[in-house]
Parts: sequence; structure tokens; C-alpha cells
Amino acid sequence: MTDTPQAGTPPTGPETTGHEWDGIAEYNNPLPRWWLITLYATIAWAFAYWIAYPAWPLLTGYTGGLLGYSQREAVLGEVEAVRRDRDARGQAQLASASLDAIRADPALLRLALATGKAAFGDNCAGCHGGSATGATGYPNLQDDDWLWGGTPEAIERTIRTGARSGHGETHLGDMPAFGRDGLLTRAQIQAVAGYVLSLSGRPGTPAATLDAGREVFAGTCAGCHGETGTGNPEMGAPNLADAISLYGASPEQVVATISHGRKGVMPAWEGRLDPATIKSLAVYVHGLGGGR
Amino acid sequence: MPLAEPTQPAVAAPMAAGPGRTKTFGLRATRAAIPAVSGSLYAARTKIHPEAVRGTFRTIKWVLLAVTLGIYYLVPFLRWDRGPGAPSQAVLLDLDRGRFYAFAIELWPQDVTYVMGLLILAAFVLFLMNAVAGRVWCGYVCPQTVWTDLFMAVERLIEGDRRARLKRDAAPWTAEKLARRGAKHAVWLVIAWWTGGAWVLYFADAPTLVGQLATFRAPPVAYAAILILTATTYTLAGHMREQVCTYMCPWPRIQGSLTDAHSLNILYRRDRGEPRTAVKKAAALRAAGQPAGDCVDCFACVTACPAGIDIRDGLQLDCIQCGLCADACDTVMTRLGRPTGLIGYDTEANCRSRAEGRGPVSRMLRPRTILYGLLVAGVGGFMLTSLATRSLTGLSVLHDRNPQFVPLSDGSIRNGFTLRIVNKRPVARRFALAVEGLPEARVEVVGGTPEALAVPADATQEFRVLVFAPRAARLAPTTPLSFRITDPASDETAGTRDHFKAP
Repeated sequence: MTDTPQAGTPPTGPETTGHEWDGIAEYNNPLPRWWLITLYATIAWAFAYWIAYPAWPLLTGYTGGLLGYSQREAVLGEVEAVRRDRDARGQAQLASASLDAIRADPALLRLALATGKAAFGDNCAGCHGGSATGATGYPNLQDDDWLWGGTPEAIERTIRTGARSGHGETHLGDMPAFGRDGLLTRAQIQAVAGYVLSLSGRPGTPAATLDAGREVFAGTCAGCHGETGTGNPEMGAPNLADAISLYGASPEQVVATISHGRKGVMPAWEGRLDPATIKSLAVYVHGLGGGR
Repeated sequence: MPLAEPTQPAVAAPMAAGPGRTKTFGLRATRAAIPAVSGSLYAARTKIHPEAVRGTFRTIKWVLLAVTLGIYYLVPFLRWDRGPGAPSQAVLLDLDRGRFYAFAIELWPQDVTYVMGLLILAAFVLFLMNAVAGRVWCGYVCPQTVWTDLFMAVERLIEGDRRARLKRDAAPWTAEKLARRGAKHAVWLVIAWWTGGAWVLYFADAPTLVGQLATFRAPPVAYAAILILTATTYTLAGHMREQVCTYMCPWPRIQGSLTDAHSLNILYRRDRGEPRTAVKKAAALRAAGQPAGDCVDCFACVTACPAGIDIRDGLQLDCIQCGLCADACDTVMTRLGRPTGLIGYDTEANCRSRAEGRGPVSRMLRPRTILYGLLVAGVGGFMLTSLATRSLTGLSVLHDRNPQFVPLSDGSIRNGFTLRIVNKRPVARRFALAVEGLPEARVEVVGGTPEALAVPADATQEFRVLVFAPRAARLAPTTPLSFRITDPASDETAGTRDHFKAP
């Protein structure tokens, strides 16, 4: 058994690739057979794929493949499947159930809140902010102060028809430009602004101005904002006696509001969003914490 | 396809000389044959036909094979009473509900840190085993080794031992060869199928799933898993065998850095064996006062090796240290009336020291083994402590990121929080919520009351909590709040801290 091949380097040494780096040569060992077969199999697979599936761009189109697969159609099918799945999961129920029924059913409520949250981010966040806190001129929907009413039904109506939107049933309210149109004198505006600020407990208005302002308010503003300034959601007249001011509560801002009037616009979403989504939005906005 | 001419003629040439006296012994021999087939794109694997051996290590391996396979196949059928509504399987990975059960332990997905700890522990145990006694894992309990051993036993039972198999490999196809080959592959496939079958039982109630599988009502994923595991077991244990260890497994490479000259390894004691000399010649040499080693160069160790290597070349990458060469050598040495142990567990340092005429120098306690031992004890102790003292009630609070606070029409400030209560007990519970830090504050729970937050059994529940601070409160921009839930029935509590934000 003396001619048994011994482990280690055979007399001539293993073949190398001929490359050498810092005295280190690379063995030119052949690959395992299974490895090579795998490589050829992947190459064959590529050819089979070219024939079976869309692969090569042509001048006006592309090679369609024998299986007739189309990624676009596959996606459309998936979208359709998602829609069916959503209906099966209660989206269809959302469309037919009343707001109270939605809020009473935990599963439906969860679905409405999730739908509403997504729809809010897509459609409402542009003006009201991603967290619904609004901005100057765009109402904060997190708080408990509502121009057009804070019940789920009132919120749904507002989303549906908008405000001054051109929709047939849209909310319409008109705060005149008392200064620009000459309805009140500059002094009257200063006085009534001071009075309005005092309504929400903001100090700094002299007693004499207050009396003058109260007089102007009773004659000019109380019709919409009420005797005590608590507002009227029927006309979108804001509550002036609370801590929240849509257009700012500095004397200058209040004077500007009275002088030039305010006509905030909110688009009507009926026809742009389906009824289930509008209901979901109403439930979501009501559930932000300030709903009535 | 431009496949090169196979290397078969060059490699198979010695085979043709006589299968019983073949002189190719696996990888090393194949590599030696490479220059003759220069230019070929691949080297065909030389099939290894290990010879059956008897001895200490073989017995240990049979016992461990029975124990490990027994654990694998039978554990899913162990029962463990967890009360009504909870699964009664002792070990169960419930993917649908995201729970892992192991006897008295129930883990949730957020307890995945224990799995990480277990992996760290396993790594350190492997390191320790390697520093003490080499590739104990590879040689005795690695699934690849255990299943390959089982498949080889089947092969030996049906096709005979090494010589019979070599002869049959070289012989033309006959009905008998076809029958034996077919029977072997059939038994292999049954074992492989059973392997996959046992695997899926860890993921569902075992007796139920067995019934479903038998009546073809099991979920498709179960059949798919069984199919995949059947294929991998059949391929890896039946066909790829030592190639998995040599080419696919990273452990042989890592092992090199974990073992040292003082680690026990299956070694050829070359100080005793060299120079290799035939029995009669050795007697003559010794009579003449010349050195002669105990190794008679009989190749019993090589033909017994399931990895196809020659242990006498020293510690090497392909060696899984299963000890079968030691058994083979011991059998020969006993027959020759020489002491056993020419191949056995020893250390490189001892071999070297003996060759220089000194005694053994290796010791088990070395900085390396002590450090690994301490790490194993430390990680294990930490995990046990944290597992034993973990709470089955949990509370996490998330302050609304945006808006951080909401001024309300009456001048008060509202903060919104999302609470998640974790109830790891198998019963539904009601918790009372207390929020401290703002004495004037009012707490509201949307859709509930702070006194009774209902959480279902073995579940988590989310609550939206609103905290109102009145206008009169003098609020700093940030006021610390503490949230605490208490289960009045068991007095178990959990708490966490957050803040109340104001303008």
C-alpha cells in the first residue's frame, strides 16, 4: 500500500491560477459538480423565463411571453381583490349603517376609525394638519369648539357639503367687512374689539371703551353671535366667549377680523369621497377628543 | 451545453482496479487526482462508503442518536395542562396567536429577547465545548450528523457494508441491485417524510394535526412544510452528507479560531504511531533496537471515516470528530495485542510534548475555558432570573406625538395618551387606572371608565386616555405624570411614567 495517495501536496503541487499577490498564490481547484450544474440550471432558467414571461423591450412594445402574464393586470386584479375584501370586512356595512350604529358596534367603530384616519391624512390634512390641530383660519378639530356643530351628524354634514363651497346645501354664513364697507366707524370697531376680547376674559380694556363696545355689539353683532357672544352653529357664527379664536385673539387680529370680515372656505366632499368614507371621517373627527 | 468531459475516467481508474482494494479515500484523494484532469470545470464527488465499526464512540453515538431523535419525534405529543381555553401541548409554537409554549413557560412575541438570550447561550456553550473537547457538537448531536448516521445505518442494512456496496456500485444493473437501491431510497424517503411530519407537529396541536394529515384535511402550509423538509432531509442526509459539513457549514471555519493546542480533539497520536511499520517488520526493527511505530498503516481509520479523510494528517477542516476512526483503530490494536488509544481524545500540546520525551502538559482549566464557563453561567443565570421574576402584567403609555396638548374652549388643557395593558394571565381581568402628578387633573377613558379597564385573557388591550388640566392649574410646559394600573383581585400592579404637556 505504499502507492496510496497521501494527503497534502502531490509532487508537482496543485495547479494555481498564475496570479500572485504578496507571495500568496491562488489554487485553481475545480468547482464541485453540483455547483456547476446549479449554475447551468440557472442559465437555462433564464432562457425559459424569457420565453414564458414578458422580458425583452421591442420598438413599440415588448415580448409578451407564452404565459400571457401582465404585471399591470395582476395589480388591477389585486386592487379589485382588496376592494372586495374591504367590502367583505365591513366597508359595505359602513355605507349603510347610521353614525350611531357605527359608534355602537366596536368592530364597525374600529374599521371607521382606521378608514377615517387614512382618509383624513389623504384629504383633510392639507388644511387641518396631519394631527387635525388646524392653523390660523383653519379650525382645530381636536378641541371642543365647533363652528358648525360638533355632533357626529353635524360633522358629517359639514364634510359632505363644505362651507361656502358652491355645493347646493353648503353652509353659508356671512361676516360682513364692517370697516371696509363703512358699516362701522374706526372708533366703533376699536370699542367693539375691546368688548369682544373681554368676553373671553381677556383683560386690558378700559371701562369706558367696554360700555361703548357693548352698545355696538348689541346693535350689530348679537344678531349672529348672540346676546352673550356664545355664537350660533346654525350660521357658523363662532363663540366669542371661549378661549379659542380661529383668527387670533390679539387686539390687532380682532380689529382686522371686524374690519374685513371672514369667509373661510371648505370644499364639499360629497361626490369626491364615497359615503362610507365620509361617515368614517365624521366618526374619526368626532372621536379626536372634542366631539359633542 | 458546453459541459466539460467528466472527470470520471481519471478518478474512477483506481476503482476499476478492484472495488475491494480501492485506493481513493474521498476528498484528499480527489484533490490529489486534480492535476490529471486539469482544465475540467468541475470535480465529481467521490462517494464515501464508510465501513461499520464497533466500539465506545459508536455506542455513544447510537445512544445519542436514539435520545435526540426520540426527543425530536415524541416531544410534540407531550401534554401539559394550562387550564381551559389554553393549548394543552407541552411544546408548541402557535404562530397564529403569536405564542410560544414550553412546559410552564409561555412567551409572547415581545419576549423574543429570551430567544436572543438562548442563542447567545447556545453560542457560548458551543465555544466552551470547542475549547474543552473540539467539535463535540458536530460529531455527536448535530442534526446533519444524526440523520446522516441514521441514513447510513439504513444503507448498511439494505446494501451491506463497505465492500458489498463498493462491489455493487461497480457492478452492472441487475434486478437485485435495482431492488436494494429502490428499497434503500424508499426507506430514506419514509424517514425524511416522517422528519417533516414531526416538524409541523410543533406548530399545531399534534394529535389533531396527525388526524387531519391522515384524512387530508390539514392546512396546505403543513403539507408544503412536510414536502420541503422531506426533500431537504432526503438530499442532505442521503446524498450530500459530509459535503454539507465541508462546503456548506460555517462552523468548521469558526472552529479553527476557537480551538487551541490544549483542546481535546480526536487525534492520531503520531508520537506513538510513527514511523508506520508493518507488524513483522516492526518486530524485526525493534529486535534490532531501531524505532518502529504502532501504526500498521492498515487504513481502518480511513475506511471508517464518514467524512472521507485520513485522521493521521492531523486536525483538519473536514473532520467532524465523531470518533469512529478511534473505534476502528482500537479494534485493530486489540487484535494485534497492542494498547488501544492510538487514535483518541488528546491535545496537540500533549502529542508534541510526548514526542520530545516529556509528559502531558495540557490542562482543562485555561483562561479560555474559564472565560467561556463564566459567560455561560452569567448569561444562563441572568436569563433564569429574569424569566422567574418577570411580571405577567404590563403597561405601556404613549403620549400623543401631535398634538402634544389641546387648549379647550373653557381654557383647560387636554393631553391624549394611548395605553396598552398586557395581561399574560389566562383569565380576563379588570384593572383600575390611577394617574398621579397633577392633583387637579381629570382622567377620562374613551369608551370606558378609569376604575375598570377590561382586558381579555392572555391578551393586550389598548385604551385611549384623556387627561384634562383645568384653567386654574398653574402648568409648567412639562409636568411628570405616573400611570399605574392595579388588578384589585390579585393586587398585581404595573406602572410607567410620562409627562403632561402644556403651552
